[in-house]
Amino acid sequence: MTSLAPRSDFPLLAGDPDLVYLDSAATSQKPLAVLDAMREFQSRDYANPHRGAYELSVRATQRYHDARARLARFFGVADADACIFTRGTTESLNLVATAWGRANVRSGDEIVVTRAEHHANFVPWQQLALATGARFRIAEPGPDGLVHPDALRALITSRTRVVAFHHVSNVLGDTLPVREIADLAHDAGAIAVCDGAQAAPHLPVRFDELGVDFYAASGHKMCGPMGIGVLLGRRPLLEVMPPYMMGGDMIEFVHDETSSWNTLPHKFEAGTPNVTGAVGLAAAADYLDALGMRAVQTHERSLARTAHERLAALDGITVHGPGPTERSGVVSFTVNDIHPHDLATILDARHICIRAGHHCAQPLMRRLGVAATARASFYVYNDEADVDALLAGVHAARELFGHATV
Amino acid sequence: MRSWPACTRRASCSVMPPSDGRRGADLTALYQDLILDHYRRPRNRGLLEHADATVTKKNPLCGDVITVQLELDGDTVRDVKFAGEGCAISQASASMMTQMLKGRSAQDIGRVAATFTRMIEGDSSAAADASLGELRALAGVARLPQRQKCALLAWSALTQALVSHG
Repeated sequence: MTSLAPRSDFPLLAGDPDLVYLDSAATSQKPLAVLDAMREFQSRDYANPHRGAYELSVRATQRYHDARARLARFFGVADADACIFTRGTTESLNLVATAWGRANVRSGDEIVVTRAEHHANFVPWQQLALATGARFRIAEPGPDGLVHPDALRALITSRTRVVAFHHVSNVLGDTLPVREIADLAHDAGAIAVCDGAQAAPHLPVRFDELGVDFYAASGHKMCGPMGIGVLLGRRPLLEVMPPYMMGGDMIEFVHDETSSWNTLPHKFEAGTPNVTGAVGLAAAADYLDALGMRAVQTHERSLARTAHERLAALDGITVHGPGPTERSGVVSFTVNDIHPHDLATILDARHICIRAGHHCAQPLMRRLGVAATARASFYVYNDEADVDALLAGVHAARELFGHATV
Repeated sequence: MRSWPACTRRASCSVMPPSDGRRGADLTALYQDLILDHYRRPRNRGLLEHADATVTKKNPLCGDVITVQLELDGDTVRDVKFAGEGCAISQASASMMTQMLKGRSAQDIGRVAATFTRMIEGDSSAAADASLGELRALAGVARLPQRQKCALLAWSALTQALVSHG
């Protein structure tokens, strides 16, 4: 299978033809169109938005506004002002846990998460529970190692205030039924918060149809730059939430004793915004939509399936997570006798980039019974030759380690 | 859209490692039999019955954890054991370390630890220091900045154990 997007679109990959980049779940490489858009903005329309009484600042404001509208379209959000720019998924989730959480969660309430959450969708809720006296409840994976909606259903009660869960797991690559879990939360009177960091880059996301109250995503995993992401929220909730950070842009009037807040989305965007990042992310949305998110999903799943099947066919290799046909573009595995960090070092010498470690999901790793796994993840620029290289690298690592046993 | 033809763009499709060496390709020098032997058959692994100092160190990046225990006679190490889990580099480093400690003074061990640390951090004169003995097999770690902590984990526990006791 050839790549979906030409490597020549990505300057880093084009400049390093030998590189086998299999760590897109950590961050994706950038197409030239994204780099050009940011350069063009900074070269032509750059000024501080929302402030200046001059035409250049008006242009910068317009670029920022257009970027938001573009992202709202990409994510299927009719109300573009409910698309808040943040630094990324981590800030988006902290925003909800702090601003909504402190105002709405009390002692005796319950917060439900899953064991498979990334630390960014686990620790903020854990700390909110500690700060408020709420009970922190963790939905456990089933015997297959995956979290199922039934595990959440069993924990959600009338005391539940928040259900926080991933769309796609960054470790195992399984996909949760977002709508079904959102309905479970709402039936109990709770809000539903979804970590979309590993879904937004890889499959079509229509926020208005998902049913969740908040959805978080990072730009840098979807061909955009680092330092920009989104929080998609339902307006009625955003309107009544207190702000997260205080400062310029987010205020309406500042009196000596009190202040009042600006309208959405500005209430949650204190300080000079990352307009360059927003412009880059909008260009990334253009790039991905031109490929077609359905095609992106099909391409990655096909590569992940091939990698899964070929790895699982080898003796002494465990592939973690769902079956080969049900996973997104993430393949986590362990090789008998070879620590994932040793494997990553050996692959690195062959110009193959994989992730090794706990993937910011220590609670899940404890359940899997491993300190670390190796993770290969695929994106639009990967092709079957990358899978070949991965397999050859794993084979070489086994040979290298095998020599010491004789 | 045009795609790159499979396999023609890179040399690494074969089983042989690429030979350009630009990323420290020759790992056979690092993952040599000596290191893999210590990884598979670690020396002084286990726990002491009467430890005078016990220190556990974790590498939060990778989840590696090593406990070093010392039995001391004044400031001389009488016995040492280590426990924990981790990659070949961290385990081999711990195993080789324990082989060098028995009967040596804290001051003497401190000198070896400092030399070893300099070698791992890339000081070539330290790598040539015969006082490191077998430990020099780990010199290649200096070229792998992301793995230096693995090699130093047990030594960090050892140093803290000596300080806490002294």
